[in-house]
Amino acid sequence: MPMQANHAALDGLHTFPRLLFHHANTRPQAPAMREKDLGIWQTWSWADVAERVRALACGLAELGFKRGDNLAIIGDNRPHLYMMMTAAQCLGGVPVPLYQDAVANEMLFVLQDAGIRFVVVEDQEQVDKMLEVKGEVGTLEHIIYDDPRGMRHYNQLFLHDIHELMEMGRIHDRNHPDFLDAEIAQGHYNDVSVMLYTSGTTGKPKGVCQTHASFIAAAQGGIAVDKMSADGDILSYLPMAWVGDHLFSFAQAMVAGFTINCPESGDTVMNDLREIGPTYYFAPPRVFEGLLTQVMIRMEDAGKLKQKLFHHFMAVAKRCGGDILDGKSVALGDRFQYWLGNLIIYGPLRNVLGMNRIRVAYTAGAAIGPELFAFYRSIGINLKQLYGQTETCAYVCLQPNGQVKADTVGAPAPGVEIKIADNGEVLVKGPMLLKEYYKRPDATAESINADGYFMTGDAGFLDDDGHLKIIDRAKDVGRLKNGSMFAPNYIENKLKFFAHVKEAVCFGHDRDMVTAFINIDVGAVGNWAERRGVPYSGYTDLAGKPEVYELIRECVEKVNADLVHDSMVADSQIHRFLVLHKELDPDDDELTRTRKVRRNFVAEKYKVLIDALYTGKSNQFIETEVKFEDGRRGKVSADLKIVDAKTFPIVKKAA
Amino acid sequence: MSKQIGDVILDLQNISLRFGGVKALTDISFNVREHEVRAIIGPNGAGKSSMLNVINGVYHPQDGKIFFRGEERKAMQPHMAAAQGIARTFQNIALFKGMSVLDNIMTGRNLQMKSNLLMQALWWGPARNEELKHRARVEEIIDFLEIQHIRKTPVGRLPYGLQKRVDLGRALAMEPKILLLDEPMAGMNVEEKQDMCRFILDVNDQFGTTIVLIEHDMGVVMDISDRVVVLDYGKKIGDGIPDEVRSSPEVIKAYLGAGH
Repeated sequence: MPMQANHAALDGLHTFPRLLFHHANTRPQAPAMREKDLGIWQTWSWADVAERVRALACGLAELGFKRGDNLAIIGDNRPHLYMMMTAAQCLGGVPVPLYQDAVANEMLFVLQDAGIRFVVVEDQEQVDKMLEVKGEVGTLEHIIYDDPRGMRHYNQLFLHDIHELMEMGRIHDRNHPDFLDAEIAQGHYNDVSVMLYTSGTTGKPKGVCQTHASFIAAAQGGIAVDKMSADGDILSYLPMAWVGDHLFSFAQAMVAGFTINCPESGDTVMNDLREIGPTYYFAPPRVFEGLLTQVMIRMEDAGKLKQKLFHHFMAVAKRCGGDILDGKSVALGDRFQYWLGNLIIYGPLRNVLGMNRIRVAYTAGAAIGPELFAFYRSIGINLKQLYGQTETCAYVCLQPNGQVKADTVGAPAPGVEIKIADNGEVLVKGPMLLKEYYKRPDATAESINADGYFMTGDAGFLDDDGHLKIIDRAKDVGRLKNGSMFAPNYIENKLKFFAHVKEAVCFGHDRDMVTAFINIDVGAVGNWAERRGVPYSGYTDLAGKPEVYELIRECVEKVNADLVHDSMVADSQIHRFLVLHKELDPDDDELTRTRKVRRNFVAEKYKVLIDALYTGKSNQFIETEVKFEDGRRGKVSADLKIVDAKTFPIVKKAA
Repeated sequence: MSKQIGDVILDLQNISLRFGGVKALTDISFNVREHEVRAIIGPNGAGKSSMLNVINGVYHPQDGKIFFRGEERKAMQPHMAAAQGIARTFQNIALFKGMSVLDNIMTGRNLQMKSNLLMQALWWGPARNEELKHRARVEEIIDFLEIQHIRKTPVGRLPYGLQKRVDLGRALAMEPKILLLDEPMAGMNVEEKQDMCRFILDVNDQFGTTIVLIEHDMGVVMDISDRVVVLDYGKKIGDGIPDEVRSSPEVIKAYLGAGH
């Protein structure tokens, strides 16, 4: 068994329901949740939320939800769905959030594995998915929905409107006033508080069981490092099934007591971000990248004077912005220029991005480009990185203020021990470790070693300041035929730091050279093509343009020039590459739902292209089946060109 | 489907329409029942749009009678048709390009506003309360059509498919009894068509709105219509449920030409 935090909090606030009712008692009128409905932000106070959670929990009990039951939760970030998590916990049940954009068949496995009897969904779309798989999930008894739109003709008795459930619960609560308090009192910090399924880069997803104690410990650690307080705001827009959202929007919000804000819809997030102006923000690197690309595209269309001002002050920010944020000493002249720039450029820019009130912003999930990272920090946004997995409550390393480095993920968080195994794998131990994988003692035993360390599967090392630097997945690190190290992610990330490259997949294990598949970024390359008057009809056409190939070749060669300086990876320069005819897509199983490349699957699917890369062909025809969002299928085909890139001679260091 | 198709709400009897010597419509009779989706189809120049224009009072037929809710309709202007609860969308989108989506849909509420122009301009007292009430209704339509993200975007900047949706939104803002859709899916890609179909069916289902639509895409027509009337050269050559119409020899002849 892994080591657990085995001490109760002194104040008795060691489960999430207790935390919720504590906030409701001590600061009932403070805002707990906001949601934009019909164009207006609606606020629920902690007292409102507590009342609804109480009603929901009693309603669930009335339907027969019992201690130990799992409650599947499927939908966008909605206040009622967050409340349902706590409602299930009140009764000693376990919320199991699922990725809402998965198709019914992908949900099937989790629903069966977790033996789901109760599921709460957002809307008709998700209800339809549940009806589709209900026959195959024998345990499924009740489906509760939040949004009644389109549900008028659904009259199955196992379907319940969440508002009716609350009414039922209120009646139940009036008739049995002591019931719920007794249930909450039974809750123990070592109970499982949530089950998060891993996205499954390999094999079937596994249910990661986390206890109240571990998530509360992770939340407390993060709050202490960043000095977060109850008057903050977070925009909750990342999937509820993702460990990061559960940590930030649920666990930390419950512990620190700040407000979570649910956007109106997935498409309005950028607008809602500006309106709310969160103090605490999380986004994967691609979101920060997208924002910067937008800003840059708009600046290119701006007037000459504005462009001049922008570039002048961005140079100032680049020179001293990061240091000012870190509280380092900066020359007086620069300080004045930065102050001026803040007045006329950085401030308005932050405002446009919706980041004016940000105290701390985090990014994780993939490596972030050093220039991108530096850009945000230089305009005064305290952007940091963190490192963790579902199994560790996304809590292993944090970057403390003043010690932020672009190429490391920070120092071990409070309470966390890190050890590097002989093969370079990162091992961690602490109160945030998973209790177990659901019904998978074999997998639990495999992932935790004899000393109680969790094996992350990432390869990395600690630098001189004790900060962790991650290179790649341990299992992805391979060897070229000449025996030198091949870390595909490391190279791919370097490629992806170019705005024109959206995705890259490198090959080289057991080969004599490294080759790559490239996905171009349609937005950035499209704009680039427009400005040069290169006509194109769509992704496939644009990807095949000789001009685009030339553009990508420059990127590849810059990466090669960069790689040659690092003796560990100098042999991994990219010799040949091609631009794929379609975007890699989770719907075609090429990416995971969190948009990580499924390397082996891609290698298998495009084997003919890989063969062409290594047999020296200059082009290769391919036809690929694609799945559309509505489940229909189509085909794209293209005759792909394969291009050689310039590589640089490796200068051996004199011994 | 559990929806209840009601009584005849609109009855057209022996309609003939001429422009000088050109016969646009000849002796056409058909009716529309409450809550149904009624399609008018036919080859180019069959007189479909003319038929729609007769229904909402733009054209005045020389012969024939129109009964709306049992009452015979006299010659009327389009705005009178609108006041009676007949709204329409246009084949070539006719929105205010420079105005936001919100404002465009708001114009659809204008007929229902009681306060006069001066009070509206001053945005004072009852006019203000009234506008807030209408804004709430417009927000419901925005939510219904899932266009929250473009609420404040000028219509001219939107792609075609979304403009069509806004056009529908403006028609819905009138809370019509009958909604006339003139080729709602023309020029759309498959995905946009599917979205539009869903919205049309949702409008029909949730608000009980009667829908009369002209459409070229046969697949769409046969899927979503309750009854179909077929025109060719200004004459009615078919009328019935989609399956009947599809198998009618005359209809097949009009669409595929003789000899099949």
